[in-house]
Parts: sequence; structure tokens; C-alpha cells
Amino acid sequence: MKQRTIDVIVGVFVLAAAIALLVLAMKISGLTNTNKSTSYHIKADFDNVGSLKIGAPVSISGVKIGDVDSITLDPQTYRAVVLMEISSKESVLPTDTSASIFTEGILGSQYISLTPGFATKNLTEGGQIQNTHSALILENLIGQLIFNMKK
Amino acid sequence: MINLFASLGRAALDLCANLGRAGIMLVLVVVRRSTVRHSFRALITQLYSVGVLSVPIIIVSGAFIGMVVGLQGHHTLEKFGATEALGQLVALSVVRELGPVVAALLFAGRACSALTAEIGLMKTTNQLARMEMMGVDPLGYVIAPRFWAGVISLPLLTIIFDLVAIWGGYIVTVKLLNVDGGTFWSNMQANVQFYDDVLKGLFKSVVFGIVATWVAVYQGNQCVPTAEGIGRATTNTVVYASLAILGLDFILTAVILGGW
Repeated sequence: MKQRTIDVIVGVFVLAAAIALLVLAMKISGLTNTNKSTSYHIKADFDNVGSLKIGAPVSISGVKIGDVDSITLDPQTYRAVVLMEISSKESVLPTDTSASIFTEGILGSQYISLTPGFATKNLTEGGQIQNTHSALILENLIGQLIFNMKK
Repeated sequence: MINLFASLGRAALDLCANLGRAGIMLVLVVVRRSTVRHSFRALITQLYSVGVLSVPIIIVSGAFIGMVVGLQGHHTLEKFGATEALGQLVALSVVRELGPVVAALLFAGRACSALTAEIGLMKTTNQLARMEMMGVDPLGYVIAPRFWAGVISLPLLTIIFDLVAIWGGYIVTVKLLNVDGGTFWSNMQANVQFYDDVLKGLFKSVVFGIVATWVAVYQGNQCVPTAEGIGRATTNTVVYASLAILGLDFILTAVILGGW
């Protein structure tokens, strides 16, 4: 076979692999270029985050608007500090927004649901959500149920 | 009794000597400089015979692997009513494990065996010795382009394998078994991480490419220069390369890449 033909075929091979990697990145792993300049962070303290994971979705009315960036422990209050990244400046949140940790289905993973309030001011970069509801821990609920039944 | 110890000792010494020779050869191949223009031409030619000619088998087996993972996953997940997790199941198992390993095993069988046979025949027909007499270094001229072609080809083949396998899983689960296509893709995208899953899988295939091709060129260069010797060297290549791939896969997954 002529060297030129081989060159072309190898070029097609390398290009096909590059396109396949691009498809793997975009379509399979959902790697979308989150533009850092339009996103902002907000904080919320929870008594208990349950099994909330970094990267878990943050949603309003079931629509995803961001994800959990980090979960740390406040050494003074012993409460969990959850840092959330809201992906777009378009999604403005009033200062009296409340945050709750829910579970998708019975065995699903946990996510944060935000309920916007009615304040006229909005949360900005680094803002703090005051009103939080902890994760429901199934074992605690069962424990309370058994305790109540005994009475 | 003494003979037993002697044969054990001989085997151990042979193993050490072989490992040492293979190591020296790898270093020589990597540092060897031949004229840039020639080695690029030779590399392209080898990429064609090692990489491009392996594409059909990679595509066919990728499609079947993806389809069978979809079928088996559906069989189990249906009992829990969790068939919407199939996209995640197919994509994660293919990208993290099946893609790099199966592609590497196929590569060892299809491409590495051919490399060994080719180099072995060159040695048997004294082509390598003649090159040396003419002052052409066979390591740089014959072996280095083949080695690099193998190292470059396998990750590219693995990417193609991953994609085709996921497509195969999609065909079976969504088109045949009527799992909802939207949840298939969205579950997959939500649970497959590009750096942790896709790139770490590709890192494995780079390591497999180096090891499998290394075994192939070493076996070819060291083969006994007879027809029988070429046959044995080719068999050794497939056996050793496959074992090395499977063993390294466990070590890489458990130790180096951690947290899997």
C-alpha cells in the first residue's frame, strides 16, 4: 500500500479516537464546561447532613440549579457546614431561603432542596442560609416510633 | 534431591536474567535515537498495522460486551425495579474495568502476537544480524517504532471500545428492553465522573499498552531462531501479556488508583 494511503488511514484512526474521547467526556460523563465566572457560592449549617455527598445536586422545586462543593465540620458549634455552588447568577435566592436535605426515593442518594423565601434582598457570594432542615435519619425515625409505641 | 534444587535454582536464575534483559532492552528502546524522519515514517506504518488493523475486532467485541452487560444487568435490576440505573451500570463497568482490560487482552492476542512473530521471523532469517553488520541498529530501526506504535495504539483503541460498548448497551436496554432512554443517559451522566472514571480507566490502558508491547518485542527479539522457536515465542507473548494485564489491573485498581 502507498505510504500516503497509510498516512491518511492512521490520521482517520487518531481522529476517530479523539472524537470518541470527546463524546465520552461530554455525552457519557456529562462534563460540561461550568463557567466559573457566572457561578456563586452559598453556605448553610446543618445539624446533621446524613449521607450527603460532595457533588450532590442542589435543586429548587426539583430543578437542579447547582451542586454541593464541600462539607466541613465547624469546630466551635459542631454543626456541618455545607458549601454549595449555584451554577448561574440568574438563579437568585432571597436571603430567607430555607434549605432541606431530602432523599431521592427510599434507597436513593441525598440532595439539597432549597425553598425560596419572600425577602427583597438576595444572597450573594459567600452568603449564609439561616433556615435549615437536617437530613431525616431512618434509624432515628424508627427508634422514635418504637419508643412511642411502648408508651 | 540435589537435582531438584538445581532445577529450581536454574529457573530462578533464568527468570532474573530474562527480567534483566527485558529491562535493559526497554531502556535502550526508549532512549534510542534514530533519524527523526525515518522513525516518524516507520511509526506511522506500524500504527497502521498495529492500531488501525485492530479496530474491527475492537468494535465488534466492544458492541457485544456492552450488549451483554446491558442484558445481564437488566435481568438482575428488574427484580428490584431499578432498571433506570442501567445506564450507570453499563457505563461505569465498561469505562472503569471492561474497556481497558478487554481491549488490552484483545490487543495482546491480535497485535502483540503479530509483533512477536514478525520480529522473530526477522531474527530467524538473519535480517536483524545483517542490519547490525551494515551498521544499522535494529533496536532503533525495527523495534522502537513497533514499541511506540503499540503504546500509542492501545489507549486510542480503548477509547473506541468504551464508546462502542456503551452504544451497544444503549441499543439492548433502550431499544430492545424498553428502558426509558432519558433516564438511561441522565443517570449515566450524573454518575460517571470524567477524571475519576474515564481518565483513570485510560491511565490503566496506557500501562497495559506499555507492558503488553514490551513483552511482545522482547519475546520476538529473544526467540530461538527456528520455526518452532517463533511459535513458542508467539504463544509466550499472548500468555505473559494476558497474565501481566490481569495482574496489573488488580494492583492498579486496588493500590495505585485507590478509592475505587
